[in-house]
Amino acid sequence: MYEKDGEKYFVVDSHMHYWDASPANWVPGQENYAKGWIDCFHAYQGLGPAETHWSIEHFQKYSEDDLMKDVFEDGHVDVAIFQPTYLKSWYSEGFNTTEKNGALAEKHPGKFRVNSRFEPRGGDAAMKEFEDNVARWQPKGVKLYTAEWLDGSRGWTLKDPEAYRFLQRAQELGVKNIHVHKGPTIWPLDKDAFDVSDVDHAATDFPELNFIVEHVGLPRIEDFCFMATQEPNVYAGLSVVIGGLMHARPKFFAKVMGELLFWVGEDKMTFGSDYGIWEPKWQVEGFVDWDYPSDEFSDYPRVNAATKKKILGLNAAKLYDIEVPVECRLPAAEGIPAARDDAALVDDGTSRVGV
Amino acid sequence: MLAALGTVRDPELDEPVTSLGFVSSCTVSAEGVADVHLRLPTYFCAPNFAFLMVADAYEAVSGVPGVSRTAIVLEDHFAADAINSGVAARAGFVDSFGELANAELDQLRTDFVRKAVLAGTDRVCRPLLAAGRTTDDLADLTLGEVPPSADRERLRARRAEIGLPSADDSPLLVDAVTGAAVGAAALPLHLQKARLTRVGAEANSGICRGMLRERYATSGLGQESS
Repeated sequence: MYEKDGEKYFVVDSHMHYWDASPANWVPGQENYAKGWIDCFHAYQGLGPAETHWSIEHFQKYSEDDLMKDVFEDGHVDVAIFQPTYLKSWYSEGFNTTEKNGALAEKHPGKFRVNSRFEPRGGDAAMKEFEDNVARWQPKGVKLYTAEWLDGSRGWTLKDPEAYRFLQRAQELGVKNIHVHKGPTIWPLDKDAFDVSDVDHAATDFPELNFIVEHVGLPRIEDFCFMATQEPNVYAGLSVVIGGLMHARPKFFAKVMGELLFWVGEDKMTFGSDYGIWEPKWQVEGFVDWDYPSDEFSDYPRVNAATKKKILGLNAAKLYDIEVPVECRLPAAEGIPAARDDAALVDDGTSRVGV
Repeated sequence: MLAALGTVRDPELDEPVTSLGFVSSCTVSAEGVADVHLRLPTYFCAPNFAFLMVADAYEAVSGVPGVSRTAIVLEDHFAADAINSGVAARAGFVDSFGELANAELDQLRTDFVRKAVLAGTDRVCRPLLAAGRTTDDLADLTLGEVPPSADRERLRARRAEIGLPSADDSPLLVDAVTGAAVGAAALPLHLQKARLTRVGAEANSGICRGMLRERYATSGLGQESS
């Protein structure tokens, strides 16, 4: 919980990691990729305030104590949601797996939610792995990388029949939050891996599921926004948006936030620190203090404490059925966090055009 | 040479590789051998766009009078070998990447020029609206009736590049796919989309510039700090 100027903010970090990218975990023959990957992440950390930068050695592998201190003790986070990233072709034990995250979560009851993943191209064996993971860790969500290669496959889409089978099963098992990575990727080379049209299809056909598009489709934020306005169960995952822009590019951050608030709306945006890329402390504190820097932004929806409470925690708490302390809840007049019925913002475009 | 490289754009950001800081060195020997080194913000920047930039740089530099042979070297990138040798051999993208790619990049490039048209539309229209024109006024304007500016010519060039109407008597506001005039009723939403597209591209460019600065301590040739 973070308190400022008499306002109490319940903080859910809905997108964070516990990884091991140290050289001991690099797959022999794949060192260039393993090193290139973590070096690239490390450069992203450079977009945050200088006093929050880590050495590359620390960045490659941080400890349990580091995580607990950075996220909960210093970082104001009440509940953190682990999103796995396997990358087993580069990292022997995986980069950040359900099991590694789950082991930490079990040591600290109530602090974490452990998300899992599924691999639609893996057939019955993958289905069993998914069901076993659900039974073992009780995830309420999954993180999916549609651009990932597997054997001869050049990636997949959420609208594939194989994917629908898994989405159906996820819905039956109560795994209702589908986090989809739509951001920078490497493979496949000749496809636009940022294409979000598959989310559009799946969101329509699985109205009971929530689709959280992580990194808001950056660098194709416009495609994401056009799609999100039409789907009541599509959410904007702000990982990278706050961490990558708020400090380094405040003017662009203001514009991106303004656009997201306009197209997607404050009920459907969720904070994610992307820890260990960036620590949550400066992001939470900075976002609570944040407002548009000048009158140049007067066309965009206003932000107030209620807006920030929803984005920092209340929306994700709703999606994940996390109990929010009474003193951190919103009065009824401020609207319902994670409400699905605000997708009509742009219906009346005539009065809101930016001039 | 640098002027020629200034015509090469990052297809995704729609900005010259020079001002983005992507040109790390550029020399021509007495025998006319041009040697250009390019660099990108990360080791994993999209290889398809990287390929387009290296190939475009090859074309641009080869056309400079006095240049007899051209070498373009992409540095510090996971696919540098495939891209550099593919471009040097004048092979297409598919030939350069073998089974890793099965389509050329023309459609991808066109999609991004369409985005550039939308973003450019915002750059041209915003000052007009700020100066008091209404959206209804804009619906009736032609390209030639807009006060001359670099932004107008940039918009015209992008439209011409993908076969959209670009003459002085062409409508200012056209659909970026069909080229049909955008009527007054559809205009507000069209302008909102244009603004969003520009914000997306500029934010992306901001992140790329920031990452490049994290990666390299030196400025590129022709780099602008914006």
